[in-house]
Amino acid sequence: MSLQENLIKNFEAFEAQLNGHASQPEHTTRKNALEAFKTLGFPGPKNEEYKYTNLQKSLEKAFDFGKIGAEASITKEQASKYFIPKLDTHKIVFVNGKFDEKLSSIEGLEEQVVIKDLSTAFTEDSEKINKLFSKQADYKKDAFVALNTAYSLDGSFIHVPKNTVVKKPIALYFVNDASEGQSFNNPRNIFHIERNSEVTFLEDFNTEGAHESLTNIVSEIIVEENAAVEYYKLQNNKDTAYHVGTTQVHQERSSRFSAYTFTLNGAMIRNNMNIVVDGEGCESNMYGLYLINGNTHVDNHTEVDHIKPNCVSNELYKGILDDSSHGVFNGKVFVRQEAQKTNAFQSNKNILLSDTSVMNSKPQLEIWADDVKCSHGCTTGQLDEDGMFYLRARGLSVESARALMLYAFAVDVVSSIKLEPLKEFLQNLISERLQNDF
Amino acid sequence: MLKIEDLHASIEDKEILKGINLEVKPGEVHAIMGPNGSGKSTLASVLAGREDYEVTKGKVTYKEQDLLDLAPEERAREGIFLAFQYPVEIPGVSTTNFLKTAINQIREHRGLEPFDAVSFLKEMKEKMKLVDIDQSLLSRALNEGFSGGEKKRNEVFQMAMLEPTLSILDETDSGLDIDALRIVADGVNKLKTKDNATIVVTHYQRLLEYIVPDYVHVLYNGRIVKSGTKELALELEEKGYDWIKEKTIA
Repeated sequence: MSLQENLIKNFEAFEAQLNGHASQPEHTTRKNALEAFKTLGFPGPKNEEYKYTNLQKSLEKAFDFGKIGAEASITKEQASKYFIPKLDTHKIVFVNGKFDEKLSSIEGLEEQVVIKDLSTAFTEDSEKINKLFSKQADYKKDAFVALNTAYSLDGSFIHVPKNTVVKKPIALYFVNDASEGQSFNNPRNIFHIERNSEVTFLEDFNTEGAHESLTNIVSEIIVEENAAVEYYKLQNNKDTAYHVGTTQVHQERSSRFSAYTFTLNGAMIRNNMNIVVDGEGCESNMYGLYLINGNTHVDNHTEVDHIKPNCVSNELYKGILDDSSHGVFNGKVFVRQEAQKTNAFQSNKNILLSDTSVMNSKPQLEIWADDVKCSHGCTTGQLDEDGMFYLRARGLSVESARALMLYAFAVDVVSSIKLEPLKEFLQNLISERLQNDF
Repeated sequence: MLKIEDLHASIEDKEILKGINLEVKPGEVHAIMGPNGSGKSTLASVLAGREDYEVTKGKVTYKEQDLLDLAPEERAREGIFLAFQYPVEIPGVSTTNFLKTAINQIREHRGLEPFDAVSFLKEMKEKMKLVDIDQSLLSRALNEGFSGGEKKRNEVFQMAMLEPTLSILDETDSGLDIDALRIVADGVNKLKTKDNATIVVTHYQRLLEYIVPDYVHVLYNGRIVKSGTKELALELEEKGYDWIKEKTIA
């Protein structure tokens, strides 16, 4: 049975365990999404959006979707080793995509802020959820979004009411348990941030056990007027961990949104970071860093859709690739006719450390407005030899000079992080990686 | 200390140095002058070990070793310092940042204990005074957005920190106003001892008013065509390089 057939067949079993959930309005959405998934099929090599990332082939080779669903159990010790040290956050832990209350801790949360397991929210806040669920991420366009929507049950619903500053960042730790068998899950997040509010999110992905894991996650983020959201995505996963993720952001007037995506390891990773800028005076930032080696494959697709005038978007993605790793960057910027006075900047810079590493970088700007400032640039090359000579002429060994230059190249992306402990954690991680692995 | 014999070097099959002979002894200051394109900077780069240049013939002996056998970092650890004509900008790396690693790798090579943070800082403070350089400059990304004077001052500061036996100043005067030039030259003079030597590569005589050479050599078309004392520099200033060119052809 093909991968697609298996996933469609599994849907009946999924439906059967939904109980009451199957009679709720969101179930219609699920069924529609499944139909969309049937029509779309897995993107093959001819699909322009997945041209360099043949997930169908890799997933079919790595997974046996007929046999998924081994019991998962993660201990507190196992989970807590993934917590970022010194970073005081609300911690929400998901095991194989399911919210785990015992491992989570939410302390000192501002009044009226809601952090809820999505399946509970589907029942308790049905009306509210159905106004938000699947309203941003379009399952008709992307097979993985369709698949996630069809299987949507677990994940989180986070609601920040107006005029609220959430002091502690909200960290979502996704731990897959692949010790007894392969793990496959479709977590769904809905973050609704009302006007004048501020919050920081962190999504972190890890795997326990030696089997393969696949996380197909979708996060829908609504940033209302004058709200500010920071969003961090951290992927330092195992060689056996596959990941497809879509973060779909909707920005309203005068809001600020910054996304940081750090990819340090994994098997095959596809990140879609899409922002619809649907209000004047918005600021959108997208930063990305990937340090990969071995056979790791990382594909970052980003999209900024400027619909309204007077907005600024700023994008910087950097990569260092070694061994037989493969990187893909595709950055789309749309500036619609109405979106005059848009400032959009995009940059993708890569360093290849081996002859067998590959980078495909494709900036795509489509501009219909005439009074805009847009720039983009992408470079892929080796380490700067003049810099290397300079440092060596000062007595630094080749290894030290190289590590130092690579660190400086990479850490640039980290420098604008406001959360000091996270910044420090990433700086150390990057420095260690560059000294030991490259 | 340094003996260059019949040195030939080329870049991309183009011969730039066509038989250089030069001997430098401890305590001496040598000036290498010459018109643009004569091979001055090539000579400096070859001595520091830049790999873009291929040495096709000749020998360079430094402290009884074959210098051409050593990697750039080994040369630095053995006490060779090149002050760059165009100091490289390295985004994200500050002077303080790399200098501590550099010094400790050099100290290790020389069989000395590594500096701890405190002694490194103390050393920095002393040397900062010497070239009148500000701490904030040393914390900034190396040479990024530095003025011409700041770049050169930073080079001399690093020279002071690394305490070389043979310093090669490659057009350290270029792009400097008179005040900056004086500060840089002052620093170099203060670092002079009877045991170390300096090679000053320059186009103009101006720098040599401040760093007084024992010997002046004129490089033209890849060869040293004339050597003399500091008076030669004055003569060049007066007559220009055409005089040398004409003489060479004749």
